[in-house]
Amino acid sequence: MSETSSSADPVSGPRPSLGRIFWVFLVMGATSLGGGVVGYLRTGLVVRNNWLDDVTFVELLSISQTLPGLNATNMSILVGDRLRGAWGALLATLGMCLPGAMLMTAAAYAYDIGGDDPWSKAFLHGIAAGALGLIVVVMVQLGSRVLKGFADYVIVLATAAAVAFFHVQVPYALIAAGIVAIWWHRPREGKVDTKTPHTAQVGERHHE
Amino acid sequence: MKQLGDIAGVFAYLSLLTVGGGMAAFPELKTLTVDTYHWVTFPEMLHFYSLGQLAPGPNMMMVVSIGAVVAGLPGAAVALIAFFLPTGILTWAIGRIWTRLATWRWRPAIQTGLGSVSVGLVLAGAIIMGRGAVTGVLWAAIAIVVFVLLLKTKINPAYPIVASGLVGVLAHWLL
Repeated sequence: MSETSSSADPVSGPRPSLGRIFWVFLVMGATSLGGGVVGYLRTGLVVRNNWLDDVTFVELLSISQTLPGLNATNMSILVGDRLRGAWGALLATLGMCLPGAMLMTAAAYAYDIGGDDPWSKAFLHGIAAGALGLIVVVMVQLGSRVLKGFADYVIVLATAAAVAFFHVQVPYALIAAGIVAIWWHRPREGKVDTKTPHTAQVGERHHE
Repeated sequence: MKQLGDIAGVFAYLSLLTVGGGMAAFPELKTLTVDTYHWVTFPEMLHFYSLGQLAPGPNMMMVVSIGAVVAGLPGAAVALIAFFLPTGILTWAIGRIWTRLATWRWRPAIQTGLGSVSVGLVLAGAIIMGRGAVTGVLWAAIAIVVFVLLLKTKINPAYPIVASGLVGVLAHWLL
């Protein structure tokens, strides 16, 4: 069974069954209300089930934050793969996604029935304003982790202005700004840049 | 069938843009679902996006709502798979070779460089979202209060966001 798992260090203790992996991720997928899924992941994986230690958790989180995809599902894939290979990754991700997906499907049908009502519109418009506040907090937290110098802020403003005001398509902005930013931080001879963006503190509420 | 194909294409493409979080894909999400395909109006999209922030699990489950609006349950399923499969496979593959990448000398440059770009994309998303969500002083005040509250306290974001909705209802009743 374990030959399909990744080359990473084996976890201590017996490997959980696929059914158990699915169940644990399903519970996290159903209870991680209000975003901040990272905190729920740590409680479920490190504290309750002892499937990972904190060092591994932070390392996997750093991979999740670097790659495209959402933190919640990237973490499910990386942890599931470590525990039980590809099937573990698949079932962990399914468990993480199913509760929210069912709720948001139901929300679409409910919206079809009551979405045009002025009272629900007022409620939803209020929620949108509140959610914007949340997004800006996410941005500030992300920024405090990754932005180091003046050049980084220039990259942020140039990327945002290009997309929001000059309607540059995101892939072009991503590639152009990405090349400039990576080149700016390129490894230089004689000066080893060991400063990687630090990962969020595992204990703090973390809204991404 | 054509609609399901469109849903699959749009959400698979969007998933690859979620560098640094779902918000990075927001500008293209708006362009494609509102302006190009007319699946939802901008206010509808904003409403689903905001409800999605309240739902448990990954915070971009609103893609499933848009899939359901366009093509019912099959649409919801296709949106879900399209949005999570491409990046999922990428993460799975890179996760397996990561230990070898750990000492690669370009890795810190890529991690730091893409970090700044993703903050820029989230900012762009917030600006575009703000154009739809902040349509008056009241809504600006709600956004600012939630921002300060979440920055300064450890409160679960679900509470202030639901409270924002109730303030909206109250304002509708009073005005």
